[in-house]
Amino acid sequence: MPEAPLLDVRGLRVRFNAQVEAVRGVDLTVERGQTHCVVGESGCGKSVSSLAVMGLLARGAKRSAAHMRFDGQDILGLSDTALQRLRGDRMAMIFQEPMTSLNPAYTIGSQMAEALTRHRKVGKQQALDRAAELLTKVGITAPGLRLAQYPHQLSGGLRQRVMIAMALMCDPELLIADEPTTALDVTVQAQILRLLRDLQAELGLAILLITHDLGVVARIAHKVSVMYAGEVVESASATDLFAAPRHPYTQGLLGCVPIPGKIKRGDPLGSIPGTVPRIADGFTGCGFRDRCAHAMPQCAVSVPQRDDGAGHRHLCHLS
Amino acid sequence: MLKFLARRALLAVLVMLTVLTISFALTRLSGDVAVAMAGPQATQQDVDTIRKAYGLDRPLTVQFVSWVADVASGDLGRSYLYHAPVGELIRSRLPVTLTLGLTGLVIALCLALPLGIVAAMNEGRVLDRGIMMVAVLGQAMPSFWLGLLLVIWLGVKWQLLPISGVETWDGYVLPGFVLAFSAVPALMRLTRGGMVDALASDYVRTARAKGLTRFSVVMKHALRNAAMPVVAVAAVQLGFMLGGSIVIESVFALNGVGYLAWESISKNDFPVVQAVVLFLATIYIALTLLADMFNAVLDPRLRIS
Repeated sequence: MPEAPLLDVRGLRVRFNAQVEAVRGVDLTVERGQTHCVVGESGCGKSVSSLAVMGLLARGAKRSAAHMRFDGQDILGLSDTALQRLRGDRMAMIFQEPMTSLNPAYTIGSQMAEALTRHRKVGKQQALDRAAELLTKVGITAPGLRLAQYPHQLSGGLRQRVMIAMALMCDPELLIADEPTTALDVTVQAQILRLLRDLQAELGLAILLITHDLGVVARIAHKVSVMYAGEVVESASATDLFAAPRHPYTQGLLGCVPIPGKIKRGDPLGSIPGTVPRIADGFTGCGFRDRCAHAMPQCAVSVPQRDDGAGHRHLCHLS
Repeated sequence: MLKFLARRALLAVLVMLTVLTISFALTRLSGDVAVAMAGPQATQQDVDTIRKAYGLDRPLTVQFVSWVADVASGDLGRSYLYHAPVGELIRSRLPVTLTLGLTGLVIALCLALPLGIVAAMNEGRVLDRGIMMVAVLGQAMPSFWLGLLLVIWLGVKWQLLPISGVETWDGYVLPGFVLAFSAVPALMRLTRGGMVDALASDYVRTARAKGLTRFSVVMKHALRNAAMPVVAVAAVQLGFMLGGSIVIESVFALNGVGYLAWESISKNDFPVVQAVVLFLATIYIALTLLADMFNAVLDPRLRIS
């Protein structure tokens, strides 16, 4: 019997107001020590799903789910205080915007230290020592100097490293990373991804990584979920998904990635026509049908969930 | 930090010089000072004597330069009404005005900050709208009217607080409250606006992701960033309170600098008018400078640029 997944979400829904449902029944599981990537275009609901798991949705957004378990414990019905105790302690999160995600008014040291002092009975100095140790671990030299500095004195790449180190203060089991490399230079992106992979190997972190970049997925993912218009349209192990994508949207996404040697200079880059639709209430069938080359009349009525029995699932009439 | 301060200080000196010029020009522009001082029954000879005695017969530039030189050496001139040095007049009335202004500011902040924070935390809800509506009403209410209402109800009808004079500390409560009242709406709206922005910011989301308590997220992470414009405006408001307490001081019969200013303007005591304008402007400039420095403490980014 396999161990229960660390994070197990079934049928997650997020509604912003009466008309718009941004996430429509998403299933996500993250195994201990593994990386689960959620890929999709802007507006597909991937970030909202991750914020919903952390309980960090903006006011006015409502989440519901069949169940949402963290380490076997239901976290859907947790009180605000109980959820606060979990956040930053056992599950931590880093964000897309390293430039604005740190508070400009406080030093790096004070912001990192409070993550530990909030959840553990330790003194300020102990917390700062731990912060310095983690800064070294994420590849920042002269940690003593950095701790005394303010966010505006650091580059974007450094700030994202600080965010990662800060997330690790309490030794979390789950790290949710919402587009952690999107705002960074390509070379820095690669460094941050390598860092996340090394940290995972060293600390046994489970990572839920939100990205729109298939290159990132290929480098780091064990499992991939492809989201489209608030639904997971395909989910499989990374090797399976890249080798044999089943959903037309996934195939389209992979077709957008230029592969050196396969595509000649001057050839048109792949693209999927159209944009992610806003799904209003009462919508039935497949959200992708208006952009899909294989669309059939029944796509407007319903869409079956297909499962090959080996963990490769997708939502489509085509198998 | 030093460079920042030096630039601010230089700016303050320039503003000071401008104020000197304007306050000098205004008293000279408001008519022939000697004629006004001499009164309606005076002969031409009286007027000439006064003109000579106060040095008003000299060319304007000479008068200006000698006044600036006097001011620079700490001599603000003599009041012809009180026959006393203006500096002493102001000094003797300053404690009343200062206490009143500070009382007003403290009351204003004690009302505006919590209300603004609560409104921001309930943005768009009934509570927020209610608070904002009270703010608009408050802004529209003239302070002399509120002052009189409070005097009638709290002072005369219920006899809870003294209505005039400041022989005891509670004499400051009513005038302080009225003074604060006009400052509350602006400070509250600023607090609310800053807090709404801060609460929606990425760093507040980070603070929440760390599992910090709601109190810590709001009071530590959001408020510090929202406080900067509030500090700047609070300093200006204190300036208003100190300089603009003329109405309040006369409603509540307080013998402060505001009352002195009103008296000297109506009696054409130009050395006092000049000096009071200069004095209030100086306080204003000092307060703004102080606010800049305090903001530099709050926001590390200001310290280097």
